[in-house]
Amino acid sequence: MYGKGLRPLSLITAASVALTLAAALFWAPNDAYLGFLQKIFYVHVPLAILTLCGFVAAGLMAIAHLRTRDPRWDMRSYVAIHISLIFGVAVLITGSIWARGAWGHWWVWNDPTLVSFLLVMLLYATYQPLRFAIEDPERQARYASVFAITAGAFVPVNFAIVRLAPAYVHPRTLSNISGNLPGRMQVVFYLALLSITLLWITLWRFEMTAKHVAAQIRQLRRLMGEETDEAPLRRSAAPSLTHVGSVS
Amino acid sequence: MSRPRSASVVLALLRAQLRLELRTFESLPAMCLFSVTAFLLFHFGLDVDSLSGNLASGVLWVTLLLAALLAINRVYVADAEQGGFDAFVLSPAERSTLLLAKTLVLLIYLAAVELVAVPAFAILLLEPSLWQAMPSLLGALVLGNIGIAVIGALVGALAVRTQARDLLGPLVSLPLLVPVLLGVARWTAPLFDAPRANAVALRWPLVLALYDAVFGLIAFALFDFLLED
Repeated sequence: MYGKGLRPLSLITAASVALTLAAALFWAPNDAYLGFLQKIFYVHVPLAILTLCGFVAAGLMAIAHLRTRDPRWDMRSYVAIHISLIFGVAVLITGSIWARGAWGHWWVWNDPTLVSFLLVMLLYATYQPLRFAIEDPERQARYASVFAITAGAFVPVNFAIVRLAPAYVHPRTLSNISGNLPGRMQVVFYLALLSITLLWITLWRFEMTAKHVAAQIRQLRRLMGEETDEAPLRRSAAPSLTHVGSVS
Repeated sequence: MSRPRSASVVLALLRAQLRLELRTFESLPAMCLFSVTAFLLFHFGLDVDSLSGNLASGVLWVTLLLAALLAINRVYVADAEQGGFDAFVLSPAERSTLLLAKTLVLLIYLAAVELVAVPAFAILLLEPSLWQAMPSLLGALVLGNIGIAVIGALVGALAVRTQARDLLGPLVSLPLLVPVLLGVARWTAPLFDAPRANAVALRWPLVLALYDAVFGLIAFALFDFLLED
């Protein structure tokens, strides 16, 4: 069910990422102050936005899970956090490179955006250990949803509070864009935001499809009465759909 | 059977937990001892005899936060190991009364620890007099304690029935507590300045109150789901 339309989506995503890269590298003007290094902005900022939106979306999916008790919502929330964590690591790396180029240090403490992002990442880094430490799949899903909702609410609150700490060095991206980004840069930025969004959705769909297919295969094997030689299901941080009645 | 009044349930749970603590002394002495030891660690680690301003505020609050973790880790252990959760879920009481009772327990623990730790801090490390900072410091202690207690009561319940509870409790609660630390530490830093700055920003009390309220609501909304089996 998640595989439907995945091929056209992947093609569109690949084309749009390629187009964005080409536009960022060859069409957008070089920054007067930072020069070529500024190009990393087209990757870094959309990745950061998508990471945080992904975490909040995972919180909303977790609410749906607690309301409906449908384990598929837990799976969606898990996959959203998984993809966002990967994006988040990329954000920290690209951010460090940018900080080194722009401010001369790999890490800058007096920047609220950077610090809150690290804090959010440290919180979400405990999501998989938490799941792994609970054996019963039903309770694992429930506790993980409680975590995902709490952490999802923490994301915007944390950003608001840490920003109150006085120093500002981080470029205020979104206000800059309406303010003083030249036209071409603005176009490329929105293009990058669109293609990274597509990338996030595509990766999410791929992982959902993979998890679904694995569950279906396991169920089919069981229906055929085939004794699988796999070891009995290992304890796992990933949700499994085996305890669902029917896998559609 | 009619549903018992929530206030009397909270009171009964609170009394039970405090009696347990008075019989076993599992948390409070450890927390007090830990705080005083931590001041010693800071003395030797930083190689200073007295602290003021930012540094004083940071040392005091980091110590209190880490001491609170000891209680957060232990506050549900008896319920998880001796069947307290099962008995509570079978009773007709509202589930959120347990959250409220544990929050109050943590508040009492924190207040008791601060009765020891704050004077000890003033004697051992603090350079300016404690009295001039007192009124605002009390406010910071109250709002900070509420934040720590609310988050501790929620995360403690989340972590206690996992296989790595001693690890997961601190790992999950510390990032959530960083905004509390930021608020109280920035709030009290000017109070500990040697020539005292008079203007206390209204910003930090407001931020703390808001954060406490937000996480109070989240904990209240989500706690029921942690008790369902």
